[in-house]
Order: sequence, then C-alpha cells, then structure tokens
Amino acid sequence: MDQGIRPELDQGIRPEVEEISADVAATAAAEAGTGAPGDFEVALESLNQWQLAWRRFKRHRLALIGASYLIFIIAVAILGPLVWPYDATNIPNAKHSGGDPPTLNPLSNLFGTDDGGRSVLQFVIVGSRISVAVGLFTMIISTFLGVLVGAVAGFFGGKIDGILMRFVDLILAIPFLFVVLVAARFFGGGDPVVVIVIFGLLFWPGLARLVRALFLSLREAEFVQAARAVGVSDIRITFRHILPNALGPIVVSATLIMAGAIVTEAFVSFLNFGIRATDISWGNALSHAQGALALGNWWWAFFPGMALALTVIAVNFIGDGLRDALDPRSKE
Amino acid sequence: MTTAATVRDVGAADPTPSDLLLDIRDLRTYFHVMDGTVKAVDGVSFSVKRGQTLGVVGESGCGKSVTALTVMRLLDIPPAEIASGQVMFKGRDLLKLPDPEMRKVRGNEIAMVFQEPMTSLNPVYTVGDQISEAVILHKGISKKAGVEKSIESLRLVGINNPERRIKQYPHELSGGMRQRVMIAMALSCDPDLIIADEPTTALDVTIQAQILELLRKVQDETGAALMLITHDLGVVAETVQDVVVMYAGRVVERGTVEEVLLAPKHPYTMGLLDSIPSKGKRGQRLNVIKGTVANPFNLPPGCNFMPRCPFAFEPCQVHDPRIEEADPPDVACWLYTRAPGISLPPRKRPTVAPLEATQS
Repeated sequence: MDQGIRPELDQGIRPEVEEISADVAATAAAEAGTGAPGDFEVALESLNQWQLAWRRFKRHRLALIGASYLIFIIAVAILGPLVWPYDATNIPNAKHSGGDPPTLNPLSNLFGTDDGGRSVLQFVIVGSRISVAVGLFTMIISTFLGVLVGAVAGFFGGKIDGILMRFVDLILAIPFLFVVLVAARFFGGGDPVVVIVIFGLLFWPGLARLVRALFLSLREAEFVQAARAVGVSDIRITFRHILPNALGPIVVSATLIMAGAIVTEAFVSFLNFGIRATDISWGNALSHAQGALALGNWWWAFFPGMALALTVIAVNFIGDGLRDALDPRSKE
Repeated sequence: MTTAATVRDVGAADPTPSDLLLDIRDLRTYFHVMDGTVKAVDGVSFSVKRGQTLGVVGESGCGKSVTALTVMRLLDIPPAEIASGQVMFKGRDLLKLPDPEMRKVRGNEIAMVFQEPMTSLNPVYTVGDQISEAVILHKGISKKAGVEKSIESLRLVGINNPERRIKQYPHELSGGMRQRVMIAMALSCDPDLIIADEPTTALDVTIQAQILELLRKVQDETGAALMLITHDLGVVAETVQDVVVMYAGRVVERGTVEEVLLAPKHPYTMGLLDSIPSKGKRGQRLNVIKGTVANPFNLPPGCNFMPRCPFAFEPCQVHDPRIEEADPPDVACWLYTRAPGISLPPRKRPTVAPLEATQS
C-alpha cells in the first residue's frame, strides 16, 4: 500500500498535498514519533490541521515568547486594576513636586512617579486595559467585517463583488485622522468604546481584499465543486467548506490588525484625538509624558513606551509564528 | 428538430419511456468568453436506462465533461449558457428545476465522482464528516445515523477498518483510497445515476483497474446507472455496455461497446481505435489522427471532423451530418447517411480492420 502518512498541513489557498515529497513526509512521520513506515498502522494518530499547526507553532521560539508575553499583558490588564484599584485623585507617594525616579521602595514607585506623585507603574497597569482592549476588540470587529464582506464578494463575484469592492476603495480613500477627528467631535469624543468602534469600522478593508482573493481562488477548488455536486447550498459552502480553508491567512492578518490598532490608539491619543485624558491608556501616558525629556524624567515615557512597543512586537511575533504554522507549503 | 429518433436509446430495441432514467435531448451549452462563443456542447442527445452503464468517449475538449456538468447544473452562468435542450431525469426536466429542487437531486439522485481524488476532498474535514454530510443533508437523519451510513459506504467500497478511517483526514489517505472515499460519498445516498468524470485518469494503472472493478461491483450491488466519462478506450472496453463517442461538442457515433469497438463506423472512432498501441502493431509507427481538435471559435462549415478525415468527400464540406438524420441513427457521417442528392463514391468506402481484441 502506498498510503503515506502525511501529517503535513494541506490547508490554504490550494491544497498542495501531492507536492509534499516523500522525504518530507518521512521526516514529519519521524518527528511525529510514529516510527518506521512499517508500524505506522499501530501508531497512526489522526491530527487535524489545527493540531499540526500548533505543533509547528510550538517550534517557533519567538512566537512562543510573544504569546507568553501577550498572555501576561492580558492577565495584567484584566487582574491588575482589580488588585490595584485606580484612583486618579489618590496621590499616595508624593515626595518631590517634579516626580520621583524609579525606586524599589515602595514597590509602587518601581517605574517612578509623575509630577503629581502618581505611580507610572499604575499608568502602565491601568493603561494596559484600554490599550489591549482597543487592540483585541478592533481585531474582532474588523475581522468579522472583513471576512463577511470579502467572503460574500469573493464567493458570489460579479455585480455584488463590484459594489462591495468599490465600497472598500471608498473607505481606503478616506483620510484616517480626519475620520477620527470628526468622530471625536460628534460622538462624545474619547470614549474607549467609540474609539474601538471607529477603529473597527476603519481597519477591515485590507482584510476584506485578502479574504476576497482567497475565496475567488478557493471557490474554483475541486472540493468545492464536489461539495456542490453533493447538493450543499451556497451559504453552507461559503462558511463550512471555504472559510476553514482560508482561516490561516485570516488569523495572521488579524494579529497584524491588532498590532496596528494598539499603535494607532497610542498615536491618536498622543495627539489628543483618541482616548480622553481622564481615562488612562498607554497613549495617554505617553502624551502626559511630553515634558519628560526637558525635565530629564525619562521614566515618564520609557515604561509606558516599552509596554506598548513590547506588546506590538509580541503580537507581530505571534503573527509570524502563525504564518509559518499555518502555511501549507511550510516544509519544516 | 429532435424527433422520436433522438429518444431512441442506444442499443436497445424498443425502450419504454419508463426505462429511461436520463434522457438528454438536443443539449446545447455555450460559453461566452472574450474572444467569442464556444459551443462546447452543440446538439447532444443520448440517454441512460436504469441500471445501464454508458461510456462517453472523446478527446480532451470534445464536451464530455461539460455535458456532465450541464446535467448536474454545476456550470457558472454566465459565462456558460444552456442555449437549448432538455435533460429529462425521471420525467422531470432538470434544466427547468428551481435551484433548491436541483440541490435535492444533486448527490441524492444523481451523484458525481470527479477526476482528481487528491483535491476533491476538503482538507479540513475528516472522511466521515464529508461522507455523512451528504446523507444528513438529503435523508434528514441524525449525525449518529450519518456516521453509521458512512461506515457502511466505506465498507461497500472495500476500505478496511472503516470505523477508524472515518476519523482520518484526506491527507492521510493515498490517491486510490481517496477515490474510493469519493465513490463511497457518491453511493451514500443510494443515487439512481452515478456520473463518473474520468475517475481513473489521475491514478496509476494498478489502482485504475481496482477502481473500475469497484465501480462495476457497486453498480451491480446498488443497481445504479453509471455514466462513465473517459478518453480511455481500454476503460470503456472493460467497464461499459454502451458507448457514445463525442467530437467537438457532438455525438458522432453510438452503439453497444461491441459495435463501436469492433466495427467502428465513424472515421473518428476508427482513428481513435487505430491509435491505440497493441501487440499486433509492434515495431510500427503508431497511427495518429491528423491535426488537432477543431478550433471552437472557428468550426469548419460542414462536418466538424472533415479537416482531419481521410474519407472526406464533397457533402462533408457543405453540410453538417446529424446523427438524428442517419438511419439507423447511430453515426453522424455522410458515408452512412442516405440523403437526397448525396451519392457515395463507392471506392472511398472505408475499410478498417476491426480491432483484434478489445483492450485486455
């Protein structure tokens, strides 16, 4: 029997199973611990594509570090403010009017204090909540919209495709800052929920284009034709047969949206068009730290800036790892 | 235009209409593309009886697959257009069925097996998921019953240990195994007709024989009719009872497998048979049919095969021979068609030694 064991991921734009060379299959089999080809019948375990992807992801060290860091930040965002109730008016440790440099005692001054005597560590912990929330929820909204629009356009094609894609062009043509500015003026500017909704409504067009392209190619795939020949309806084909095959690139793209949203939040908040000054986000903390360099109080900007940069880098590493893990052509 | 002659079934004496499972009448499928219109199927008529095995043969691009896809209504319209014709299936015209009704026919009453087993299964679902999807969809049974049915279908197509196989993913199966799974999928709803579009083309020779044997076996057991599309005359000789030969979107010859393979009438069929390598022709140059399939944008005025035909004479350049006008209607060629004003030059009557033996 020439039945090979191929724990390769044949998922993506085109199933490429037949291209997987024998030696790759053998290597993969060995790595999977299934031993010699002779006894695979005994050890054969059916790994689905997600299990295979997870195994490849685990081998990507930077992605694992990134994922650990992101999980840590999310935990801080959720639990931190509960452990350390935020009170903007509380000025517990004011020693100097210009702010204290970082010190181990008290621990709350680990990252120093600002000119009001407030702990920068507190800014970082409390600010993580809004920054991470903006990243995550923007990703969720944008991915949902992008997949929906892209899937409909790519699967049905023709006029529907034309109309949806012109709409995408339109959204891409609107200057981003202008929309944020106008929205800040009209929708009770600075509310984190408003910021998330605006970002969510602006970040999806790129993903929609990607999904459309994936669907255009996948709808011609033989297994889609086969599903049609079995009498499966269009809707079911779109979401049950095509979408799972397009998930790899979508997931990767979603992580990039998250990184982009976190940076953009900081950027518009720094310009005072984003999160209102009474809420704390990393962007606001940076904005607040504008005078830091003149005073030599580097810690005002350094710690929130590092938190932000590390989070964005971590998310990008995760995206990288996912790209490798989910790529059907990855021959690792 | 289509008369009783078209309804007449291949190789049958007097089929009653109820015998006819699928009756394609004067089907025309055109593709409107940038450079013009391709008449991929141009007036095709043939029928399949209950339980019959019919082979549809022809070169690449002759319209075999498009005919099948038109029957299943799987073509994208546009660019395709079904310009005319009827596809009567169990008394209903499939071309006139509304979409939801057609979906109930697909997979349930007519099943299809595709050419590429490697890519015809969805890589993200297990074999069991894919087989049971059709059954659950059409028979409205529970997921558990669907799994039972998948196991039963897999056993029918000769897959060992089906209880474990249903949990495997397509990438864990070889090409031959996948084609078996495709056939199991096709059988799962007990269809009346299975259309197999070049089911063995992508497989190696030993597996080809197994798959053909399997198709024959399951057909015996289930009583389904089989429409086998192939360009391989060896496959035809082994598997089917009746043959339809297509060329450039037309049926050019039809009959039982013995009639067509042993005493071919149409020069194209003769050419096809003549170009098969065989023991008797060892050491000689292999005969080929001159030229290539007619350019679909620029078909010759008369008979489509005329430019490549060694027997072409005057009427071939002017009129298009129609298989319905022949008597008996089993070959579309002026050599066999008695029509007023056409007198055949006797010396040109083709003589081809019948094939010594059909392929293995």
